Amino acid sequence: MQRLTPIAAAFALALSGAAAADTQDNAVLREEIRALQQRLEALEQTSASTQPAVPASATGPASGFNPSVALVLSGTYANLSQDPQTYRLQGFLPSGDEVGPGSRSFSLGESELTLSANADHWFKGTLTLAATAENEVEVEEAKLETLALPGGSNLVAGRFLSGIGYLNAEHSHSWQFVDLPLLYQAFYGGQYKNDGVQLRWLAPTSLYLELAAELGNGAAYPGSESSQNGAGSAAGFIRLGDDIGHDLSWQTHLWYQQSKVAQRTYTDVNSADVEVDNSFSGRSRSWGVAAVGKWRPFGDSLRQLKVQGEWLRRSESGEMQYDNAAAVSGPLSGAYDSRQSGWYLQASYRWQRNWQASLRYDQLDSGTQHIGLVEDGKLSHDDFSMLSAYRPTRSTLAIDYLPSEFSRVRLQYSRDDSQPQRIDQQWFLNYTLSLGAHGAHGF
Amino acid sequence: MRTLSKRLLALAAAVLSPAAAALNIFACEPEWAALATELAGPQASVTSATTAQQDVHHLEARPSLIARLRGADLLICTGLELESGWLPLLLQRAANPRVLPGQPGHVEAGLWVPRLDVPQRLDRRDGDVHAAGNPHIQLDPRNIQRVAEGLTQRLSQIDPANAARYQARLQDFSQRWQAAQQRWQQQAQPLRGVAVVTHHKDMSYLLNWLGMSSVGTLEPKPGVEPSGAHLQALLGQLKQTPARLVLRTPFQSERPSVWLAEKARLTPLQLPFTVGGAEQAQDLFGLFEVTLQRLLAGLK
Repeated sequence: MQRLTPIAAAFALALSGAAAADTQDNAVLREEIRALQQRLEALEQTSASTQPAVPASATGPASGFNPSVALVLSGTYANLSQDPQTYRLQGFLPSGDEVGPGSRSFSLGESELTLSANADHWFKGTLTLAATAENEVEVEEAKLETLALPGGSNLVAGRFLSGIGYLNAEHSHSWQFVDLPLLYQAFYGGQYKNDGVQLRWLAPTSLYLELAAELGNGAAYPGSESSQNGAGSAAGFIRLGDDIGHDLSWQTHLWYQQSKVAQRTYTDVNSADVEVDNSFSGRSRSWGVAAVGKWRPFGDSLRQLKVQGEWLRRSESGEMQYDNAAAVSGPLSGAYDSRQSGWYLQASYRWQRNWQASLRYDQLDSGTQHIGLVEDGKLSHDDFSMLSAYRPTRSTLAIDYLPSEFSRVRLQYSRDDSQPQRIDQQWFLNYTLSLGAHGAHGF
Repeated sequence: MRTLSKRLLALAAAVLSPAAAALNIFACEPEWAALATELAGPQASVTSATTAQQDVHHLEARPSLIARLRGADLLICTGLELESGWLPLLLQRAANPRVLPGQPGHVEAGLWVPRLDVPQRLDRRDGDVHAAGNPHIQLDPRNIQRVAEGLTQRLSQIDPANAARYQARLQDFSQRWQAAQQRWQQQAQPLRGVAVVTHHKDMSYLLNWLGMSSVGTLEPKPGVEPSGAHLQALLGQLKQTPARLVLRTPFQSERPSVWLAEKARLTPLQLPFTVGGAEQAQDLFGLFEVTLQRLLAGLK
């Protein structure tokens, strides 16, 4: 800038010489130059007078570029009145291993390690590894997020927790209960995560309005592994939210998800009490709505009332193959389609910094299922005993003690009625610790 | 029917149109919102993420904040990890490259002031300590002046067309601020050397400015709720090192300070802590006026 001033002045002088004939123009020019010079001087003054009193932290060693590290440890003691090996949601196609109350007695929860840092001025990278009690390491999330896309948009790529559903993208250590609502367990096999891309756009409005679309390989339940090119799953969501006064906030959520399904296999028990492997191929579609409200009577988020509910409907249509392995009388195949739904409502109140109580009610409806092989008389309903209609319900109460922001001890009781004549009384005592980098508080 | 549709249209326009002001400023705390209003003038639209009744440590990246930060030209926060529980997520969700760290539109006020209480070691056993030092910098008027100068530079950088105006406003503000500081320092003479107990370690800069001293906090450790055992120990300690006042903010519970005040014969005081924390503390000048008035009244 200091170099610019003389150049500008010389240029102005040359100009003024050339334009000497027209004195009026000359005067105007001079006036403009004077104004420009004043602005330059003002700018120079500001930059000279505002050297920080204490220099911003000096450049550190190279380790300053290391990713930030956050670690979550958790463990549970469970007392279950029914054998968890026999747990299933009656009336629903089984959705994988992450369904049910877990194992009895002491068990280690997932230990989560998150590393994240900005790669450069364009991308931020995050890796979350989960070490399971079975001594396996899973890649929970491994994603890049853009930092500088224009127009309020954000791109995420890699493996990430999908933005469908209110709870889906929340990590387990910030849940209000030890386990997920039944609708996530039944329809998404736990949290739905994908290898793919997500594009989000935040509208430039005073009301919070966000739109997003996702494409993925579709390998995660309700989809299945496939060897095809292109996307195996797609999803989209809209979120809307705002405040009412200083103490109330709300958010609503609408989403759609679909997956191609190829040979999704499960084990059923047929009318002769023999285990048979069946599989479903076709298309799975679900859509749902969620609403959350929070009331902070004391101003801070440490003491608040939170009410949330979600409702979801899924339809699957395609082909059901009975007895893939030809062990009994198969393989046989016929049409299959289903329309099923579920919802939950929960409230949690943290009336003191250290104490929180939460209450939840879950319900699923096995809805209507048309099994071609049964309808044309080749097989009977009893050959698909897991799919016979039922309405699983569960009621849950949890009390948390939180010594600080970084630790929590939880006592939880559930009365789980997810199969006929099998009420499961579930007790859990659980701890969660957060170490290292400060976890962020989403809404 | 027609009026209804007209009303709906008007409503939609009100909801959907972004704020039309020249410069949108998003402040994390009310004191920086007040300072930005002083320096950027009525042309700018300034909003604060928190009110004086809220504890800024504990906030969530809620929808309304995401929407507000989306359209901001400048973000001003204390920094020094004060907002580390929610600001990083808010910045990620708001998808606004103008206010990301490193940009001229990202202001961390705490970096411009000399810091107190920089911890010797970092261990969460010591409570919610901040590695870069105590972040509650706003109750020393000298810090306000430093931040005012830094902020003016940033305003000129992102809005060069109005640089001269920002400079003029800074000069005007600085003059009034210097005069007020002289007045306050005179008024505050009787406070020199007075010992106090504070709820959280959030008055250090105020005490340092006024030459007062703190003999303890109601919280056993930063961010940990006052416990009966700790208050008893504090009561015993006050017999050795007496204090005269117990200070708290509008968002801290009055029970522990009233209990201690009664037992140890101290005067409990609620200070505004930031702009909006008391009826007369509607701007930065009012904030310091009320703070001094209450402290002086507490000595009587």
